[in-house]
Amino acid sequence: MTTIPQGAGAVRDQSEAATETTADAADPKLPPPVVWADERLGVAKGFGLFKKVFPDHWSFLLGEIAMYSLIICLITGTFLTFWFVPSMGHVIYDGSFVPLKGVGMSEAYASTLNISFDIKGGLLIRQLHHWAALLFIVGIALHVARVFFTGAFRKPREINWVIGTVLSLLACIEGFAGYSLPDDLLSGTGIRAMNGFMSSAPVIGTYLTFFVFGGQFPGELIIPRLYIAHVLLLPAILVGLFAVHIFLVFWHKHTQYPGPGRTNNNVVGFPLLPVYTAKAGGFFFIVFGVTALIAAVVTINPVWAYGPYDPGQVTAGSQPDFYMWFSDGALRLLPGWMEFSIFGVTFSPQIFLGSLVLLPLVWIILGAYPFVEQWITGDKREHHLLDRPRNAPVRTAVGAAAISMYLVLAVATINDIIAIKLHLSINDITVALRVLFFILPVIVFMVVKRLCLSLQRADRELVLHGTESGRIMRTPEGRFYEVHEELNEFDRWHLVQHEAQRPLSLTAGPDTDEYGVERPVGPLESMRRKLSEFYFKDRIEPVTPSELAAAHHHGEAEALPGGQARAIKESVERADETAGLRSDDRT
Amino acid sequence: MSKLATYRRSPIALIVLLFLGLTFTGTAYAALQPTAPADAYSASNASEDVDDVEEGRKLFLANCASCHGKNAEGNGTAGPSLAGVGAAAVDFQVGTGRMPLAAPGVQAPANPNQVNFSQQEIDQLAAFVASLGPGPDVPDEEYTDLENADIANGGMIFRTNCAMCHNSSAQGGALTRGKFAPDLMGVEPSHMYSAMLTGPQSMPVFNDATITPQEKENVIAFIVNIEEGGNSFGGHDLGSIGPAGDAVFIWTIGIGLLIGAAVWLGRKAA
Ligand code: HEC
Ligand code: HEC
Ligand code: HEM
Repeated sequence: MTTIPQGAGAVRDQSEAATETTADAADPKLPPPVVWADERLGVAKGFGLFKKVFPDHWSFLLGEIAMYSLIICLITGTFLTFWFVPSMGHVIYDGSFVPLKGVGMSEAYASTLNISFDIKGGLLIRQLHHWAALLFIVGIALHVARVFFTGAFRKPREINWVIGTVLSLLACIEGFAGYSLPDDLLSGTGIRAMNGFMSSAPVIGTYLTFFVFGGQFPGELIIPRLYIAHVLLLPAILVGLFAVHIFLVFWHKHTQYPGPGRTNNNVVGFPLLPVYTAKAGGFFFIVFGVTALIAAVVTINPVWAYGPYDPGQVTAGSQPDFYMWFSDGALRLLPGWMEFSIFGVTFSPQIFLGSLVLLPLVWIILGAYPFVEQWITGDKREHHLLDRPRNAPVRTAVGAAAISMYLVLAVATINDIIAIKLHLSINDITVALRVLFFILPVIVFMVVKRLCLSLQRADRELVLHGTESGRIMRTPEGRFYEVHEELNEFDRWHLVQHEAQRPLSLTAGPDTDEYGVERPVGPLESMRRKLSEFYFKDRIEPVTPSELAAAHHHGEAEALPGGQARAIKESVERADETAGLRSDDRT
Repeated sequence: MSKLATYRRSPIALIVLLFLGLTFTGTAYAALQPTAPADAYSASNASEDVDDVEEGRKLFLANCASCHGKNAEGNGTAGPSLAGVGAAAVDFQVGTGRMPLAAPGVQAPANPNQVNFSQQEIDQLAAFVASLGPGPDVPDEEYTDLENADIANGGMIFRTNCAMCHNSSAQGGALTRGKFAPDLMGVEPSHMYSAMLTGPQSMPVFNDATITPQEKENVIAFIVNIEEGGNSFGGHDLGSIGPAGDAVFIWTIGIGLLIGAAVWLGRKAA
């Protein structure tokens, strides 16, 4: 039947042909919607991304905790904006929370009460928002710790470390701004402290506070301003920087822990699609679920219990959220006698040091660390294999010491709570913490460094002599000895793969030239040498193949027959493949 | 102004505050005392049972004289003179188990499990001490039954006058050198009233000119409301110690759950 007109049939034929060619171009395995989209948007090219391989380790999920918490904050925060009124206008509360009925307060506080008591699900969302905010920062902190202690910040990832540093700073500011919004007694006290911080800046302090607060404290402007910062400015920067951060992770490809078959030139793990996406997506639901569960059963920031902010009131036990503790704690530890006056102008270094100096300093030190370490080691190579923390004893010890210092400051913020809970004198606690601030980092440094070195020594021991089997043998002559079982190649790999960094004094040649005359060394270079000495003087060299062979000749374990290395490599690859792991080149 | 605020957060602020508060209320009290109506004080109440005073003296000699002296005139550092502290002070100190003092310390702590006197005996002790000099009497039932009390007004007064020591949820707070303003949960309304009236130890006196009897009742109602769960919304309160509780929770159970999940997920093969 030729009921179809000639022209239309030609059109149909052509279109069929067209579809086929496009379908040919796109991966035939792709599902129809993707093909559909690819024809219009060319998305199939992006699918290369999904074949990217991600190594799998629980500690790589710490950053994801932060990422998902950020997403939860964004979603719940948007919900809150529907009802929150960012205004310091005065109202008389007339909502359903009886203990505050008839009390004068700001609209911000009244609307927070409204969200908590009169909007369906409002309190749950508020709590979800705040718990997610805390989790966000906990996630960041642990993620930073993971990156630091495994040396993942080394070349080529220094820039991403700096971006992460900025992200963590912004997260703290974002949290502080949010914490200030409800205008309750605690958040008002926090804003008051911020006001004090700013006015402690020499010379410009007062101008600065008048600029930010639009006049005398508290004024009417600070909450609307913090609000814009909190819901627009900072989230936009956070999300933007985060996008760059995650893009760079893709770009560099993820680092991996050392292991058989894992080299500096490959990356072994699951492809993004489907395995890693499924895992990561599943983890999102776990994070959301756990946070929602917490928000449903544990109160956070019960603003109704604190009452509205009134500059004439304070409450015992005031503290900010934990991420600001170190600064508050520094203020509590710095002695008041530091204040002085010149020509009628009062300078308050005890406040200035603990806030305007300390706050930036912490993040500057954090951000600068990779560059400092690189300068000291002079190591310009790329590193995609992570360090085991014990194999970088001084870095690990420095990190632990810094954390201990930070913790001393943080704990100082709750000196009053500790005093009352443990029935101690707040004065004694303060004095003890002042001392600890200087002593604890030194102790922690020494202990952690020793611990790392001992662990390395134990590793060496294990490699050279194997594990104790518990079997006692008797030689024909009547001697007894315990049979040591040699490690298999897989287990040994973890223990011998690393290199021990050597101080510059060994690697950069002698300080004298061939005539025995001392080379001139600038003060910077000499400091670098000292630091290098500090970092790498004490070290445990990993077992070399010849050492291993020598140990085997002692008869304690059998030597490895030649050619076995290749067999092992192959069996590793086979095992990886059955586990669904893929190996990808770094180039 | 702003400097004052930052000082307020330092422990020294507490000393200064305490000093100012004590000086102010002490002066105000001294100034007001003579003009107060005489019948507010039990000492001049002629119908006061002489027997009670006598019984009280006996109890006092047996239990208190070692520290406060035979005539409650004081005994150096062992115990202060009780002349003029009034029945309210005795009712509070003995009724909360603070007196007789178990052991000298920075502060005589409340000891509700160790009130070894019946209410009648406490009343007799109070009558005896009141007979030594005029002082505040035990509060009227009218102001401790909490009928028609205004919780919201009580909350405002509490936040202005008490929260800096006792915390805005009356959960207690630390003062200098091991002293502390106790948690106010579970304290009898009449003892709360007496505490305000007599200002035990480091606590300032809030006489009826500073906080009127009706306002005192409002404050008590506010505290009792918290105790009865009036602030408990949104789940477990983690000890009502503010962000410190949240921090401990999120760094232990909160992140613990998630790391557990992450390890589990990491172990799980594809
Ligand atoms: C072990 C010594 C000791 C004993 C026993 C003792 N007290 Fe005291 N008392 C003190 C000291 C010390 C103070 C002052 C510090 C304080 O208030 O904690 C005091 C304070 C007081 C006050 C408060 C005074 C004021 O200024 O408000 C009263 C009232 C009082 N005692 C009554 C009694 C009574 C009644 C008894 C007997 C049941 C008693 N005390 C037994 C040592 C003692
Ligand atoms: C300067 C700090 C300070 C202020 C302000 C203060 N208190 Fe106290 N309060 C204390 C101290 C310290 C004690 C403990 C005294 C003792 O143990 O004898 C105390 C004890 C009490 C007690 C007895 C608690 C018990 O466990 O028996 C009550 C009730 C009380 N205060 C209520 C108030 C109220 C209500 C206000 C406000 C009107 C207030 N306080 C203001 C410091 C303070
Ligand atoms: C990194 C992300 C964020 C963090 C760390 C954060 C943190 C906080 C904190 C700690 C509070 C105080 C909550 C309380 O207990 O009342 C808060 C309040 C608030 N946040 Fe966020 N937030 C984030 C993102 C957002 C976003 C993206 C929005 C809006 C689009 C938002 C909107 C709000 C609003 C309206 C309030 C006040 C409501 C109230 O106090 O009940 N937040 N935030």
